[in-house]
Amino acid sequence: MTPPTTDHRPQTTVPLLEIRDLHATVEGNEILKGVDLTVRTGEVHAIMGPNGSGKSTLAQLLAGHPAYSVTSGSVRFDGKDLFELDPEERAREGLFLAFQYPVAIRGITNSYFLRSAVNAMRKHKGLPELDPLDFLQVLEDKLKAIGWDDSFMNRAVNEGFSGGEKKRNEILQLAVLEPRLAILDETDSGLDIDALKTVAAAVNALRSKERSFVVVTHYQRLLNYIVPDFVHVLAEGRIVRSGGKELALTLEEKGYAGVGA
Amino acid sequence: MTAHFLGAYKAFAANGASGAPPWLKEMRERAIARFAEVGFPTTRLEQWRFTNVQPISETPFELQRSSWELDPVPAGVTVSTLSATVATAPDFLQAHLGRYADVATSPFTALATAFLADGIVIRVAARTVVTDPIRVRCRIPRNPRPMTHPRLLIVLEREARAAIVEAYEGDTGSVSLTNSVTEVVLEEGAQLDLCREQREGALSNHVAASHFHQARDSRLVFTTVALGAGLVRHDIHGVLDGSNAYLILNGLSVLSDRQHVDHHTTIDHAKPHCESHEYFNGVFDGESHGVFNGRIIVRPGAQRTDSKQTNNNLLLSRGARADSQPQLEIYADDVKCTHGSTVGPLDPTALFYLRSRGLGAAEARGLLTYGFGAEILDRIAVPGARQRLDSEIRARLGVPEMVGSAA
Repeated sequence: MTPPTTDHRPQTTVPLLEIRDLHATVEGNEILKGVDLTVRTGEVHAIMGPNGSGKSTLAQLLAGHPAYSVTSGSVRFDGKDLFELDPEERAREGLFLAFQYPVAIRGITNSYFLRSAVNAMRKHKGLPELDPLDFLQVLEDKLKAIGWDDSFMNRAVNEGFSGGEKKRNEILQLAVLEPRLAILDETDSGLDIDALKTVAAAVNALRSKERSFVVVTHYQRLLNYIVPDFVHVLAEGRIVRSGGKELALTLEEKGYAGVGA
Repeated sequence: MTAHFLGAYKAFAANGASGAPPWLKEMRERAIARFAEVGFPTTRLEQWRFTNVQPISETPFELQRSSWELDPVPAGVTVSTLSATVATAPDFLQAHLGRYADVATSPFTALATAFLADGIVIRVAARTVVTDPIRVRCRIPRNPRPMTHPRLLIVLEREARAAIVEAYEGDTGSVSLTNSVTEVVLEEGAQLDLCREQREGALSNHVAASHFHQARDSRLVFTTVALGAGLVRHDIHGVLDGSNAYLILNGLSVLSDRQHVDHHTTIDHAKPHCESHEYFNGVFDGESHGVFNGRIIVRPGAQRTDSKQTNNNLLLSRGARADSQPQLEIYADDVKCTHGSTVGPLDPTALFYLRSRGLGAAEARGLLTYGFGAEILDRIAVPGARQRLDSEIRARLGVPEMVGSAA
């Protein structure tokens, strides 16, 4: 088989995300105490762990949340030093965080917000901005692909949204912004089983060889619907165990204590 | 400090006002007597705690007439000057003028009523539906130290419908006082969208009173946008005087430098089964200061009242300040009244959220700030007014429109 001559995908030997011995603090308390994690293009990694283990800290820190300070270690995203990049630069390079607690923005409709974000990305790539009609076309295609309607596009961003609507809105943003790495921070929290299935189905529709996921969750339940390639257990700021998808089932059976977390 | 103003009144009564009918002369006399008695308010009064009008009281203003601009008037509407209406419809005028804007509510209303001569009357006949907005612009004259008392009387008869824009404008570069009074009467089933725009210079003083009187089944959506003057004080007083009346008050202040805007609203639920909603937002930069005082009165017997009030203030600089005070007076037991207010800088989590979606820090701040304005502008129903104000507020906040506009 002749290899394709114009394959721009990263070589499988170069990880998309490479976290090495990462230590981080919030308000002087050390939360991450030496995290190592490698995510290659197209892989889905689940990070599980008890409350307070540092899962959400890791997710938010990767997106550039200002509350966290990195004290040592390194993170490379597509070969670049992640900490050299502002949050918006990380987003433009293809890193996306689905927030555990999406923020309400008064006075800005969801469609205007999404178009602003898409246009910020396009500007970064040297592409012309989309006008409302072009954008509507893009949006409709994305909505169709994940099987949703546009009922909350003209409401202010997350304002008065139910828990389920907020999480769906995060996944819609993921669909429209087309990141290379999507980090889902407890996307299952606060969802009933039907909403969970809907969100998981949309995420699965967005899985591809070119896109990686880091799924942060407390419960194994989500992983019945978004089946990961790898499962890691984070405890007290370190990854204490890694394995395949079956590790999640072991956790479900024996609890975090049962795997030494 | 009132001597200069009392003197101006004497000159006015002797000259410009002498042709008025006796009822109007008596109204003016009662008003100046009231003003002479109470004088200018001081910050020792609770209602004037945050707004110091001493500089106004010490300025030797000269009485002038406003310069009015009217767009062509749609069919079914009568728009005429106050002096013409005195001649053509004296009974109609006497039945309404000064009946709602009680001179006891404010010394400035007393002063305005004493000088009552300069104004416009808009009358929409019963069951007339006007879709094109009626636009009235009032400009400050270019004389030194002008003092004007523009008066607007708007009467929508039974089941009439209209959209009206009242705009107060002018930056003459010199100190001025605009002391406006607007009275709005909605008869049974009438529906009005009223938009008030105010944009004046750094040395302008703008004192205003808007009085709304609503009969049953009437509906008023009022939006006021204050884009600045040195000092703005606006008292808004709505009386829901018939069941099933509906009132929406929207307010937006966008200020910078040393500008000051004080909104005092009173919604008087006099009859049962009425609904009122109030949404006031403010964006304050520089050393500007915003004041919101929202009073809601539910009279005995006004059961099933539904009233909601929110006031959100965004402080863009350390020197900016906002004071927010709800005031609920409820004398009925089966009512739903809620209120809430916020004062603070941009939410850092919201900023991070926008930046995590690829928006630059400045762009994210601009969008969050603009949202405070857009939330109010989106409630404007008057055709064309929203777009015009949107561009103006974007320009002021430095938030460019995206390609193809349409927020």
